[in-house]
Amino acid sequence: MTQNRMDTRPDESDVTQPTLGPVGMLRWAWRQLTSMRTALFLLLLLAIGAVPGSIWPQRNIDAARVADYLSRHRGTGPWLDRLGFFDVYSSPWFAAIYLLLFVSLVGCVVPRSKLHWRAMRAQPPRAPRRLERLTEHGQIEVDAAPEDVLAVARDVLGGRKVLGEHRLGGRYRLRSDGLSLSAESGYLRETGNLVFHTALIVVIVAIAVGHLFGWRGDRILVTGKSFSNTISAYDTFDPGPWVDTEGLSPFSVAVDKLDVTFEEHSGGAQRGAPRDFTAYTRTQASPGAPEISQILKVNGPLTFGGTSVFLLGNGYAPVITVRDAHGQVLMHEATPFLPQDANYKSVGAIKVSAASPKQLGLFGFFLPSEYFDKDAGPSSFFPDLKNPALALGVYEGDLYPQGRPQSVYTLSTEKMTQLRNAKGDPLRLLLKPGQSTKLPGGRGSITFDGVQRWAGLSIRYDPGKVLALGGAVAALAGLIASLMIRRRRVFIRVRPVGGRTVVSIGGLAKGDDPGLGATIEDLLSTIAHRTGTV
Amino acid sequence: MTNEALAQYANLAVYSAMAVFTIAMIAFAVDLAGAVPTRLAASEIRKEPALVGADSSVDAPALPPPTDDAERSRKAAGIAMMLTRLGALLLIAAAAMRGLSVHRPPLGNMFEFAVVGSMFVVIVFVAISLRRDVRWLGLFVIGPVLLTLGLAITVFYTDASELLPSLKSVWLVIHVTVATFSVALFTIAFSVTILHLVQSWLEEQVAHDPTAMSRLRTIVNTALPPARSLDRTAYGIHAVAFPLWTFTLIAGAIWAEQAWGHYWNWDPKEVWTFVIWVIYAAYLHARATTGWSARSANYLALAGFGAILVNYMVVNVFFVGQHSYSGM
Repeated sequence: MTQNRMDTRPDESDVTQPTLGPVGMLRWAWRQLTSMRTALFLLLLLAIGAVPGSIWPQRNIDAARVADYLSRHRGTGPWLDRLGFFDVYSSPWFAAIYLLLFVSLVGCVVPRSKLHWRAMRAQPPRAPRRLERLTEHGQIEVDAAPEDVLAVARDVLGGRKVLGEHRLGGRYRLRSDGLSLSAESGYLRETGNLVFHTALIVVIVAIAVGHLFGWRGDRILVTGKSFSNTISAYDTFDPGPWVDTEGLSPFSVAVDKLDVTFEEHSGGAQRGAPRDFTAYTRTQASPGAPEISQILKVNGPLTFGGTSVFLLGNGYAPVITVRDAHGQVLMHEATPFLPQDANYKSVGAIKVSAASPKQLGLFGFFLPSEYFDKDAGPSSFFPDLKNPALALGVYEGDLYPQGRPQSVYTLSTEKMTQLRNAKGDPLRLLLKPGQSTKLPGGRGSITFDGVQRWAGLSIRYDPGKVLALGGAVAALAGLIASLMIRRRRVFIRVRPVGGRTVVSIGGLAKGDDPGLGATIEDLLSTIAHRTGTV
Repeated sequence: MTNEALAQYANLAVYSAMAVFTIAMIAFAVDLAGAVPTRLAASEIRKEPALVGADSSVDAPALPPPTDDAERSRKAAGIAMMLTRLGALLLIAAAAMRGLSVHRPPLGNMFEFAVVGSMFVVIVFVAISLRRDVRWLGLFVIGPVLLTLGLAITVFYTDASELLPSLKSVWLVIHVTVATFSVALFTIAFSVTILHLVQSWLEEQVAHDPTAMSRLRTIVNTALPPARSLDRTAYGIHAVAFPLWTFTLIAGAIWAEQAWGHYWNWDPKEVWTFVIWVIYAAYLHARATTGWSARSANYLALAGFGAILVNYMVVNVFFVGQHSYSGM
């Protein structure tokens, strides 16, 4: 980020101003964009622009909360939506800020790298005539000859031989010039600074790579089942624009058992908090490969090459058998229900498409620890299976009107009617494991056989993540170098005075350098000591 | 599996530390109040000690003895420093017992962050005091610590218990320890920055008309180091804290990749950690830009600390996200 130079041109207000051509305008715009002032402004804008994403719900994190917000704020909601407040991090204005910052970053790094390259190969400048004008300076008189004093100074500044507790701030590059010596150190400060900024560019590129070539898939897997890594196996699949969806790594994962522990001993807000999730899996890297038993935990993903399988959720899948009036099994399977609260009150739908003459649909709640709440109806008091129960309403009619795609967890009831009991109230079933009940009107029976758990797996592939980590670590290293290393120039001048030598030392630092004075003092005393003048 | 008795002892240690810090704070205040300028003239031309030194033999300006500290007895400050060290030990004991009571690092909820953060603040302060005279800073470090501990034990208090599965990782120790430590440094830097702003304002007044200064202002002006030195101290602490915060961000991203499947999820806590990083990055850039005064750069540092407070107190409690570990 180049700093504005002082304008040394004569005042042109009286003269006819030359007009800026298109190239001149571009040059001017580029200067403005890459100036430090603009970079600072963009940085602050980035900070402010990121904040709304933490206040309003975001579609990419929780689309349901966004829909809920929109339904509750009918006035302001649509406007916020139009301004991108629910997709802050993919909104055009947020992209504008970081792209401008990116350009500014490149515009800062490139010219500065050139300058630094030249500076690193140049000699330190000549010593100024009057060293006492420098902010840090000192002077002594010693007995030795001028050449000997300069030799000692060269020795101390040029080598790593540091006496006692003297901290001379690293190794100096030297330039001898008759009776004066110039020394400069701390080139790594600028190197670190450039590494930091370049590494940030690398991180941004890595994020872009991950976005373009990476993908994410989610799958709810009931224990005892397995899935293989193909698009059709996923409940949701979210590929980057340049992903080859045919070329996914052909691994498969089966979950045999899922152990879940919740807090039972502590009271208050901690009661029922999750404590441990462990999935026991069998995996195959490819269809012919040997089967391996592996443990999948919350902080311990499974990896297949660059693809990782994470355990991000869990829940219950009640096993239900539906029979027709003749006792013929129409359906027998475990249906995953989605947890709605911390106590795993879960919602789900059982779709019996084989039922005739009309299809049957059951919709309602699974409650791992059932109790009846006066206001909320059937509820759960604990997330583990202390008193499992199913509370269902029954519908009949057309399950899939016009074959439209629909969620497996809800029932589309527009072409269905709810069954009623003899009194004419909506029929509600409450089943415990092992219980069966007959449906009214000879529609058959339904049995709640038992409960299985399911594991919510998230499968991710991000080819940019290693590059992002490398960039971030390099940025940190560069940052530390640029903040901790001091850029210093030390000048030494010797003057013979009647058999003795007057040694003057002056120091110059870039930025604040509180240790420079002490360094010069150390250097003076070292010269005095080595030349035998104590 | 929690050891209730040990957790109770930990709370007791926090209460004891608070009592000790209260007395220390009063002693620090007494000490500062004692900085009555015996000679107004001396405080006026008092220059920075760091500038003197290199060439005192040649042309040292005619300064009065460096400070008046040597003259006035600073018994109160001595007592305060002793008590601060005692309080630091009590906080270390509190954190250790809390950790032992639940068999894990005490970094799982807001109460524990507050206790460990306060512990780091006091440890850093004591460590600095071993090398430099920072008795003037005591009041402004112990004050915030006391406030934090008070909030911790009343508002943020959470019973000792086990952790959520996503928190069971070595990265808890790495990420949260460094985060808490850098927040501790930012806190001290914040105090020094405020003092810098106050002192530079007072110095302007002194330069303008020293006789018009009220007694309180004169005392504050005398008790604090010169504004330039305060500014340098603040910058130095920020320059250490910022790389640590960068590390916090990176370690958090590595952990997020393991626990949640992606290194960056725009979770509210991540957003605010990033916002804090960007504001302090802007502060460091402003320092390096000619044309920005130290004072306006320091306002950025204050904004950065404001964002830290939001990140700790607002995001943890009110925003819905994957970092909802306040335990409340």
